Amino acid sequence: MNKLLNVSASPHTRSFATTTTIMQDVAIALVPASLFGIYNFGLRALLVILTCIATCLLTECVYEMAMKKPITTGDFSAVVTGLLLALNMPVSIPLWIPALGSIFAILVVKMLFGGVGQNFMNPALAARCFLLISFAGRMTDFTVSAVGASASSFDYVKSGAIALDGVSGATPLAALKAGETVSLLDMFLGNTGGTIGETSVIAILVGAVYLLIKKVISFRIPVAYLASFAVFVVLFGGKGLDTNFLLAHVCGGGLLLGAFFMATDYATSPITRKGQVVFGVLLGLLTAIFRIFGASAEGVSYAIIICNMLVPLIEKLTYPKAFGKETKANG
Amino acid sequence: MGTATFKGGIHTYEGKELTQDKQTKVLMPKGELVYPMSQHIGAPAKSIVAKGDYVLMGQKIGEADGAISANVISAVSGTVKAVEPRLTSSGLMVESVIIENDNLYKPIEGLGEKRDYAKLSKEQIRSIIKESGIVGLGGAAFPTQVKLTPGDDSKIDTVIINAAECEPYLTSDYRMMLEEPEKIMNGLKIILKLFPNAKGIIGIEDNKPEAIKKLTELVNGEDKIEIKALKTKYPQGGERQLVYAVTGRKLNSTILPYQVGCVVNNVDTAIAIYMAVAESTPLMRRIVTVAGDAVKEPGNFNVKTGTNFREVLEAAGGLTEEPEKMISGGPMMGQALFSLDIPVSKTTSALLCFTKDYVADMEPSSCIRCGRCGYACPAQIIPQKMYICSQNNDAEGFIKLDGMECCECGCCTYVCPAKLSLTQSFRQMKRSILESRKK
Ligand code: SF4
Ligand code: SF4
Repeated sequence: MNKLLNVSASPHTRSFATTTTIMQDVAIALVPASLFGIYNFGLRALLVILTCIATCLLTECVYEMAMKKPITTGDFSAVVTGLLLALNMPVSIPLWIPALGSIFAILVVKMLFGGVGQNFMNPALAARCFLLISFAGRMTDFTVSAVGASASSFDYVKSGAIALDGVSGATPLAALKAGETVSLLDMFLGNTGGTIGETSVIAILVGAVYLLIKKVISFRIPVAYLASFAVFVVLFGGKGLDTNFLLAHVCGGGLLLGAFFMATDYATSPITRKGQVVFGVLLGLLTAIFRIFGASAEGVSYAIIICNMLVPLIEKLTYPKAFGKETKANG
Repeated sequence: MGTATFKGGIHTYEGKELTQDKQTKVLMPKGELVYPMSQHIGAPAKSIVAKGDYVLMGQKIGEADGAISANVISAVSGTVKAVEPRLTSSGLMVESVIIENDNLYKPIEGLGEKRDYAKLSKEQIRSIIKESGIVGLGGAAFPTQVKLTPGDDSKIDTVIINAAECEPYLTSDYRMMLEEPEKIMNGLKIILKLFPNAKGIIGIEDNKPEAIKKLTELVNGEDKIEIKALKTKYPQGGERQLVYAVTGRKLNSTILPYQVGCVVNNVDTAIAIYMAVAESTPLMRRIVTVAGDAVKEPGNFNVKTGTNFREVLEAAGGLTEEPEKMISGGPMMGQALFSLDIPVSKTTSALLCFTKDYVADMEPSSCIRCGRCGYACPAQIIPQKMYICSQNNDAEGFIKLDGMECCECGCCTYVCPAKLSLTQSFRQMKRSILESRKK
């Protein structure tokens, strides 16, 4: 034996999960929602998605090169950020807006705070809120300019228009707010207006189940979130136990996408089990308040961003009791 | 059937199939034997032989020095070649007695004589255990006689035999359960003699159905002894986890098992107790699992203490190719070796040789706050937060987070996707805090 042996501290074995495999799993889980978005809104949706992902990767890479830091774009976290941001965009958005949002997400929200895991706000959501404030009109423009049936996909791309039958301009939440009823089936399939990734309940749930099975996320945050939201809507929504109203609220807008994919973001949600439940409950309350009493129909993004900032406090208050801490010796 | 367990922990690749069906082979040492005077927790023993002395098999060569210490016994007959510091698996040089084996195995008087333990008093049993140099063979190496003398015997209501063997690759305890189950049972009965109010429970992970079956057959008719199946999960054999799984009582870093009415001993310790008390044979051997992909013929070996690791490896057919990593003990808590020129001690449980050290190839990255470390932690603290404290050398913060409750099991490091050396940093932090307290 003349090779130098590796002497290191125990344990000498590790699991095979890495940051990259986890982020890849999140990206995979977003594939159904992305595909549905593309199917429902046309190829332009794909263009928005690609723009976001590419800009995110590029921003991270350029920043790290400039700062002479190791390049981390291979870990897929920038891909996830880009994908999430794109899924939160209306399809008709001019491409420079998501590109700007991507730069903001990676540069300001992620890298300036120290990179992956260090940011205290979800980059994609922070970017979305930033864009909502800056370009309110365009960001909430879900109307569809009609394109003739003869138009080629290329035309859709160019004109930023969508032309699928059944996709209405108004989002389900806007419809609810106006007192109309919405078709639950349409919401399930994604035949409604909204951002690229939020409309199809089925697609989101397929991805969510994948994440739960792979144990990338736990059920604590999403279940606490949805449950507390539902309770609040029943109590204060003004419709009592109207199932159609309730389900439409739960399935409509960015709630499901937010609950499973954004509220569960590691960096910006509590690390303690109890804290995750508290976080979920708070999210449900805030989202319901925004939706019922707020001016806009949607409230998920703001609710999550606000709760992100409470995470350090929640973690402090919910730090677990160490095993056996309370035991007293008797002898 | 509900199997008992604890919260947290991990499921690793077990690696036990390499050796679990291999009958234990007795290994006769060829070269010199090395007996470090410190193979246990507590004060090192004092060597009571000098260069040139002739010693017999079973003779005491190191005497316990102080309340918490243990005798050291020679496993061969021969001449003392030297008393000098030698390298041990801990990586430290330790004062050792070196014996040139004359291969005659001349025993001391009375070695191997049968004794009827039913007729012995508690004091006699304890003094035999003490004389025999028995320590906790599960790895902690705490002098067994001290452990078996909790002060008030009547307060102990549960005697637990730790047969979990939760470390990956290790099968030495398992082999003993199959090959010498009567000795385990009798060892337990001897311990129970010391504690009139206690019942005995043997806790076995449920990945060892053969062992459970064998021991259950032996229990038949004993109303004071019970076999308990435990969920297969690391660190099921950790003292705090085991006591909780078996009795529902929770220990912490400041409470010892006897303070909640429990006495815990490893399977092999029970055998050592039986051998000492009923067959007048002090602790002179160790069952060692030799495994890993760099080992030609993995197996279990009945090795005399003091035998050089090289001989143990040879007995297993040697190496298939140059290893990158060698470990004394299991992969979760064992010690990485830089030399095989060390002796098998009382607590050597395994020699593992791997052609690839894939841990060394894993680049650490930033923590992504995934929370896995906290879910896996059996102490139910949050390693992610403790890590930040230890990086900043913030002892106060570390203590506030109950960092001192860390039992260094390695689960957090195992699961961390960012491949951070969490356990190692806690080990250092705890050590420096304990040292500063002593001052
Ligand atoms: S397991 Fe590693 S990456 Fe995950 S929270 Fe713990 S320290 Fe951070
Ligand atoms: S090494 Fe310590 S902190 Fe890590 S899992 Fe084990 S007990 Fe918890």
